[in-house]
Amino acid sequence: MYDAGKIISGIIIFFILVSFPIWISAASGTIGDVPELNLPADEEQCVEDAEWMRANHMDLLIDWRETVVREGVRVYTASDGKEYNMSLTDTCLDCHSPKAEFCDQCHDYVAAVPNCWSCHVDPGGS
Amino acid sequence: METNRRVFLKVAGLATLGFMVTKPALDVFARGQFGEASVGEALDPPHEVGTTTKWGMAVNLTACSEKDGCTACTDACHDYHNVPDIDNKEEEIKWIWTAPYEKVFPEHGNEFIEDDLRGSEVMVLCNHCEHPPCIKVCPTRATWKREDGIVMMDFHRCIGCRYCMAGCPYGARSFNWKDPRPFIKETNPDFPTRTRGVVEKCNFCAKRLSKGLQPACVEACPEKALTFGNLLDDHSELREILATHTIVRRLPELGTEPNVYYYKAD
Ligand code: HEC
Ligand code: HEC
Ligand code: HEC
Repeated sequence: MYDAGKIISGIIIFFILVSFPIWISAASGTIGDVPELNLPADEEQCVEDAEWMRANHMDLLIDWRETVVREGVRVYTASDGKEYNMSLTDTCLDCHSPKAEFCDQCHDYVAAVPNCWSCHVDPGGS
Repeated sequence: METNRRVFLKVAGLATLGFMVTKPALDVFARGQFGEASVGEALDPPHEVGTTTKWGMAVNLTACSEKDGCTACTDACHDYHNVPDIDNKEEEIKWIWTAPYEKVFPEHGNEFIEDDLRGSEVMVLCNHCEHPPCIKVCPTRATWKREDGIVMMDFHRCIGCRYCMAGCPYGARSFNWKDPRPFIKETNPDFPTRTRGVVEKCNFCAKRLSKGLQPACVEACPEKALTFGNLLDDHSELREILATHTIVRRLPELGTEPNVYYYKAD
């Protein structure tokens, strides 16, 4: 076999580079980190079931947005019959403020960058 | 032609491909995907039959012009809606502002008549037209006419193409050439700002109306020169004014039928 040494060391270097993200986070101890959510202390439940919210809050927000802006309806009746003002800042952030300790925790983790805050004013600072 | 396997496969493949291409194309037409914005549609805006509200406004030219230099309505509106204060004619954002009488009513330019108003400043804002040219040209339906007559903006859908600005004969729309946030002195947390790249204009205070409040400008005017109300309510103060005064609207020859009316005090 020609150049076996070069090929094998090339393969090894390749695998070290490819696995870089894994061992660097292992080395810095951040592997297995999960977002730390600061849940509202004085509230028991979310607009909908927490499990459902985790998966579907983005669709719910888009739905609220369409209903408010396009249909002019501002009251949302949750599945448990409670009524909420359909507002990103007045409702969601009323319980989940500051957003940096809640929304951003997850979004930074999954690298989701909702552009909402370039217009909607975060009451707990920018 | 002899049908061997090779020919059969070619024909079958082509047929499948043809079906794949034409079916969705036909569906598009069948569902009328181009429907809403299509040419040759009836001129009437999507006004639902049976709606009981049509918002309108009357501006008392005399009362307004008496307070020369007053900016109460503009300040109230712009503060509430986080309209940036950009001191540059080309990039400024305005929802309600003043313009010289001769510019607002170019057809009233005759010598000697309306001498009292010539040279005065007139309040102008979006006219919430009955036949708004701006909504016809919007490719994303980011602007449309609500059932209650308000010509609304959905900032979430605006792609900043500015066709609506070209369509509006009243110059009622402004474009955000740059991030407006640094130009907002005090941000009202109750109303979102806008971003660079969207068009904005007066929305007749849709949010305040939903809480049963009068528009900010109407509330702020020290001369009570602005009257806001339901045009479909025979007993509204607005209808009373329209019935008892000579009324003008801006550029009537265009057929846009503004819902903002101007009159002179008795
Ligand atoms: C009345 C207060 C309240 C409001 C309003 C509210 N939340 Fe919640 N939210 C909570 C509470 C309390 C929890 C935790 C519930 C639990 O763990 O059972 C929660 C949980 C969540 C979760 C799941 C977090 C997790 O544990 O993974 C998400 C996502 C969420 N909320 C998003 C939103 C959004 C988006 C809105 C606005 C549409 C909103 N919330 C409005 C109180 C609220
Ligand atoms: C439990 C973790 C979690 C929490 C808490 C959370 N989000 Fe999310 N959010 C996500 C995930 C995951 C996505 C989806 C990202 C994707 O699909 O790319 C998302 C997406 C979104 C989107 C759509 C983004 C887009 O670009 O389309 C919006 C809007 C949003 N979240 C708003 C909020 C708001 C407001 C809060 C706080 C009240 C919040 N989220 C809290 C996990 C979370
Ligand atoms: C270009 C600016 C802009 C952006 C970006 C934007 N919004 Fe909005 N949004 C507005 C304006 C203006 C309103 C109208 C406020 C009203 O009438 O109460 C609004 C209203 C809403 C409403 C209903 C009223 C309220 O108080 O919340 C929801 C919900 C909403 N937006 C959600 C979102 C979400 C979710 C995102 C991000 C995915 C987003 N918006 C991005 C400007 C924006």
